[in-house]
Amino acid sequence: MVSKQPLLKKLTDMSDNITISQSELIALVNQLVDQKVNARLADIEASLKSIQGTVGTLSENCPEDRATLVVFSGEMDTLFAAFTIAVGAASMGMEVSMFFTFWGLTALRKDKTYSGKTVGEKMVAMMLPNGPHAVPTSRMNMAGMGPLFFKYLMAQRNIESLPNMIALTQELGIKMVACEMSMGVMGVTRAELLDDIDYGGVATYLGDAAKSKITLFV
Amino acid sequence: MTNVDLDCKGLNCPMPIVKISRAMKELQTGTTLTVTASDPSFKADVEAWVRKMNQKLTSFSDIDGIQTAVIEKVN
Repeated sequence: MVSKQPLLKKLTDMSDNITISQSELIALVNQLVDQKVNARLADIEASLKSIQGTVGTLSENCPEDRATLVVFSGEMDTLFAAFTIAVGAASMGMEVSMFFTFWGLTALRKDKTYSGKTVGEKMVAMMLPNGPHAVPTSRMNMAGMGPLFFKYLMAQRNIESLPNMIALTQELGIKMVACEMSMGVMGVTRAELLDDIDYGGVATYLGDAAKSKITLFV
Repeated sequence: MTNVDLDCKGLNCPMPIVKISRAMKELQTGTTLTVTASDPSFKADVEAWVRKMNQKLTSFSDIDGIQTAVIEKVN
């Protein structure tokens, strides 16, 4: 301490001789403050950027409020279950996607054509129902008597018909996707299916299913 | 408090929920919707709907199968 005292005195003497205006002092202080603040802000900005990146990745991988259904079967009762769940999910505020493949394509059929089809495709077309109004039941079909009986029972209990449920699905803006591959196998053309539907493949389904809270195979 | 009535008597699952969802979209926050229904699954369904949609079930009563639910739009 003793050795420092002469230096301190010297500095004090020096500072007495330095003249600095008030504005210069303010500018100097401001400059120093800016330097400090900028250095700290750079750190904060860097960590904010890394947090934003993490949140982005998390929200990409987080399931949306979405339900995805694969509609594979084509009977009155199974289709009815699929459309009831889809309509229910949409009414509970969920985004809904339905993927129609193989027998399920019948639900989207508005008419049937034979012209321009190969013999095999014509045969498949002949054996498939004309549309959702003409589908069999999965049990107790009894050569077509079952569906008539169930339609009667459902009407008696004021339950919506399958074609009405399908119309409601479109009205609610539920995404309906027809599987192109199975359309090819069954010889189903786009002209035979409902308007305003989408077309896609397995990746279209998986893309939606991966983001869904619920996914079902009916 | 403003109230809107919705008659779902005679309707079956999922129609009461479809109608509630539609009616609630039209309502202002703070308004109530009084729903009458006869569907046996109505109580369970309306409770689940209210929970999922973050709305409020103010009251529920069942008189000889005619159920009345009052839902307040809080969101």
